[in-house]
Amino acid sequence: MKIGIPRGLLYYYYYPLWTKFFETLEAEVVVSEKTNKQIIDYGVKNTVDEACLPVKVYHGHVIALKDKVDYIFVPKIMSIYKNEYICPKFCGLPEMIKSAVKDLPPIIDTTIDFHKSKKNLPKTVHEIGKIITTDKKKIDFAFREAIKQHESYKAKIKDGILPVDIEGNKVFKYINPYKYRQKIVLLGHPYNIYDKYLSMNIIEKLRKYGLEVLTQDSFDRNIINKKAATMDKKMFWSFGRKVLGAAFHAMEREDIQGIIYLSSFGCGLDSVIADIAERRTRRSSEKPFILLTLDEHTGEAGIDTRIEAFVDMIKWRGKNENNFSTYGEYISTR
Amino acid sequence: MKITFPHMGNTYLPVKAMFDDLGVEVVLPPKNSKKTLEIGTKYSPELICLPMKINLGNYIQSIEKGADTILVTGSCGPCRYGYFAEVEKEILKDLGYDVEFVILEAPDGDLKEFYNRVSRVANTKNMIKIGKSLKNGIQVLRKLDKFEASVLKLRPYEKNKGEIDTLYKELIKNLEKSTGSSQMIKYIHQAQEAIKDIDLQKDRDVLKVGIVGEIYTIIEDFANIDIGKKLNELGAEVHKSHTTSGWVLEHLFYNSIGSTREKQVRKAAKPYMKTMVGGHGRETIGNTILYTKEGYDGVIQIMPFTCMPEIVAMSILPKLQQEYGIPILTLIIDEMTGEAGYVTRLEAYIDLLRNRREKYKNEKMLSWR
Repeated sequence: MKIGIPRGLLYYYYYPLWTKFFETLEAEVVVSEKTNKQIIDYGVKNTVDEACLPVKVYHGHVIALKDKVDYIFVPKIMSIYKNEYICPKFCGLPEMIKSAVKDLPPIIDTTIDFHKSKKNLPKTVHEIGKIITTDKKKIDFAFREAIKQHESYKAKIKDGILPVDIEGNKVFKYINPYKYRQKIVLLGHPYNIYDKYLSMNIIEKLRKYGLEVLTQDSFDRNIINKKAATMDKKMFWSFGRKVLGAAFHAMEREDIQGIIYLSSFGCGLDSVIADIAERRTRRSSEKPFILLTLDEHTGEAGIDTRIEAFVDMIKWRGKNENNFSTYGEYISTR
Repeated sequence: MKITFPHMGNTYLPVKAMFDDLGVEVVLPPKNSKKTLEIGTKYSPELICLPMKINLGNYIQSIEKGADTILVTGSCGPCRYGYFAEVEKEILKDLGYDVEFVILEAPDGDLKEFYNRVSRVANTKNMIKIGKSLKNGIQVLRKLDKFEASVLKLRPYEKNKGEIDTLYKELIKNLEKSTGSSQMIKYIHQAQEAIKDIDLQKDRDVLKVGIVGEIYTIIEDFANIDIGKKLNELGAEVHKSHTTSGWVLEHLFYNSIGSTREKQVRKAAKPYMKTMVGGHGRETIGNTILYTKEGYDGVIQIMPFTCMPEIVAMSILPKLQQEYGIPILTLIIDEMTGEAGYVTRLEAYIDLLRNRREKYKNEKMLSWR
């Protein structure tokens, strides 16, 4: 049995878990190829104009898979943490796919909803697994194996390796943090920052300038949660909590030189999160902040120019600013 | 403490009645206008939805009039509405305004905090007094919503054009200058009686159009460029799927009463959307199906640009259009929406509905079955 997993949206967080789960159940997992122009075009053609870029791209991945597999795994992810949501578009994803894409194989659209508690986790897992086997013990075993895989993936990322440096189970690029003198934080949804094509390879671009790139996933979870909790109202989007927590943390860290927020056009969450992050950064820190917005127009020069200008500023600050920071204060006779 | 709150259709009237009953001073924001939107757009994040831009415009205009406390209802996602106040706080802080937000919600289910907030804005701890004013306020709201619904239904049938509008405007004027709920209810009753006496031509060939979509853009006629009146003038009676009173009843009393319409809508939507998606996305689907079954000629979805739940619904509507054979028009509104282009689309849509009806009539006449 062939199960297709589209390489989009939460893929970058959960693919080790999902692939290991299905593979342990002796299904063949087919992941769609990396995002490319054709996949984006498929997606753009088959979604409403108003959908955001990552959702369009996800549609493209589903289309790329649909004739190659027996099932496609498009879970209906409502909530993955207590009292939190992801984004309304995730809640309606299987329905959007089903109405937009014709001649689909059966979709595994199990609802994943831990808004109230994780109590339903075993039930949810059984519901997904029963497509392959009726043996509940086998499913439980497969899930335990999958969790192990997931934990080791998370551990790698804690070690400073980003999802873009991992291919399947292999880490193909070890980053030596000592090589880099300056650090910047790249914020944004995982499906924007870790998709090399969508992000126009921003992580590599920044590394080439000799900067170490941190993301919201590089920080300790407890620190992020504590920082995010300083908002008056609980941030009810899981990504929002991570990104805001990381932004607030980065503002206070002296070894971080700047913050880049990578967003996609029309993202409802980012219109809120990026705005708060930017206002707070400008109000209470000296760190440069830049918001870069992606859409399906793949002109790379515009992004390159802005990254270059941002990096120039950081380098300039590092070299010059410290030396004459008190200049204005003391030379003036007024 | 000078309280203000955002505009949403005629809701300001019942809210004012409630505060009048409680003896609390409120600052009404100036009516929504281009200026409100301009101010809101200038200071809001670019891609936030239109409702927040108008709300922010309301606040700034009210603050200039002396308000120092902003009262809004709350929500806990996944729609952005639940985080409006947090963004607005940041913006107003950056602009140098010193205001306080009171958000009517129970944070993490903390009912005590909810009562604290209520009693703070009501300026009394007497829950019976608060309950009574709230009840009266809701009564005004329901009656007013009902009156508005009958205006949208009857206007295309009136013999002498403009009579209902005159009556409606008169009512709003009277409500604006009255204090307290009992006075308002008296005026609404008068208007309800008066509308019965208006000459109607019931045999007119009038189309029926249902409005679905995002609740704020449906209710607030400034945001939807008065879609109800425009459709009425094009010869269609209109039903809006959302009212403020419906929302209030659903959110405050849903658990205890559980409105039947709400259940029907969910049931209808189920084959196309099995869970909620935030906002009113599921209701958009369900109401579209119900309107179809109730024999409406067409359904118009209206939403602000970048509205997440409505985009989900919008992706599913073509399927409904195909399966139920009902023409669905989606109108997306933002601060750039121009009236002329909007009217052209409505006219074209109404033409289409009319042609369909003619065709259907002829088919029936010529059919052998």
